[in-house]
Amino acid sequence: MSALRIERLATKLIGPMSFEVAAGECLALMGPSGAGKSLLLRAIVDLDPNTGNVMVGVHARDDMPASEWRKLVGLVPAESGWWADRVRDHFPAKFDATGLIGKLGLAGSLEWDVGRLSTGERQRLALARALCRRPEALLLDEPTASLDDHATGLVEDLIRECCGDGMALLLVTHDRRQAERLAKRLLRINDGRIDQPSQSAP
Amino acid sequence: MNSYISLTHGDLLLASIFLAMNAVFSMLLSLRLERQLIVSALRMITQLLLVGLVLKTIFTVSSLWLTLSAAAVMVTFAAREIWARQDRRLRGVWGIGLGGTSMLLAGTIVTVFALTTQIQPTPWWSPQFALPLFGMILGNTMTGVSLGLDTLHTALYRERTAIEARLLLGSTRWEAVSAAHQRALRSGFTPIINSMAATGVVSLPGMMTGQILSGVDPQEAVKYQILITLLIGGATGLGVLAATFASVWRLTDSRIRLRLDRLAAPRK
Repeated sequence: MSALRIERLATKLIGPMSFEVAAGECLALMGPSGAGKSLLLRAIVDLDPNTGNVMVGVHARDDMPASEWRKLVGLVPAESGWWADRVRDHFPAKFDATGLIGKLGLAGSLEWDVGRLSTGERQRLALARALCRRPEALLLDEPTASLDDHATGLVEDLIRECCGDGMALLLVTHDRRQAERLAKRLLRINDGRIDQPSQSAP
Repeated sequence: MNSYISLTHGDLLLASIFLAMNAVFSMLLSLRLERQLIVSALRMITQLLLVGLVLKTIFTVSSLWLTLSAAAVMVTFAAREIWARQDRRLRGVWGIGLGGTSMLLAGTIVTVFALTTQIQPTPWWSPQFALPLFGMILGNTMTGVSLGLDTLHTALYRERTAIEARLLLGSTRWEAVSAAHQRALRSGFTPIINSMAATGVVSLPGMMTGQILSGVDPQEAVKYQILITLLIGGATGLGVLAATFASVWRLTDSRIRLRLDRLAAPRK
């Protein structure tokens, strides 16, 4: 598994920012609303025009088509998008997602209609949808924002499991205790810049 | 069947009597439509009289350059109309250029093809044949292209979360926008499909009616109408395809991003 390295990444609105997430590490990203956390995640997966380099392991982002890059580096945005009627149609046909979805407390949901999912269910299924593509690095934008304590626990367990498998994880959260539970390092963002490149435990 | 009855100006005045009645009703019922009604009727009359005059001149002079200039004026108006009929438009010159160019390409290919292989007047660009044909093809292609682009841009904007979700999972740009693109193509094609299905049963097309009224054998008029309808259908399809593909290409980029920043906000 590989580290995620961000070098002088900037868009019109944020940056430049440089930092690294080691393989198997969970790095928490915090900062006030509008600080540019979500924009940073979008820039890393090349969804907004930007400058700078991003590497995952030996792979440089600009050396490969963006579609291939996004298979290596997954992003689960705060608001999930759905394009088909059934949950199943959002998962790759070859991949058996049953076990993954069971871990998130949503067993049987593959046959459900997307229209009747709650916000929290959508959020968890979007996480599962990204994970079953087996990315090397994963960027999560407030993955437990609309979840109750039980579901939050399930998601956090899964995040720990991913890190255990060597995935590099970048977690945007507003919950300081969640950052303490999951991450050894914390990055603060303010006005589109890294506030204090802290290497210490939060 | 060669009894062509020429209309006098008195005939035209008489024909306006029911429209004038509508205006009176509008005043009596205070619908406040009379002004619009009269203004648009007067516009129609002036525009058509002028066009009659212009066409007569162009036909008499019969110059290639004059014919081309007339076609260029028609394309300019149609391109502006496509632009005006969209709620969300491409920014910059793309806004008027992309729809206009697609329509121009499709309309020109089909018109030139019909003139050189089926109608074959001498010279092949003879304005008496080229301009009315081009006008009919252009008018319908314009409707198709504006509907297609309007639907595409609205759909891309409304469904951006779903489209970006697909991009995030590694889709290509064409896969990600396929649902919106299909809807745009369908709405661009629908008017011509519907009108072909209803032609002759519900509506007698204006061109054919005009020919029959001016004394042409109905069977001959029908043949012309079939030719025109097939050409219109072909040109509309080509125009809608070209415009929507070009617009998807413009609203995504080489790094497979959805570039809604290249779309202007709607008016109002």
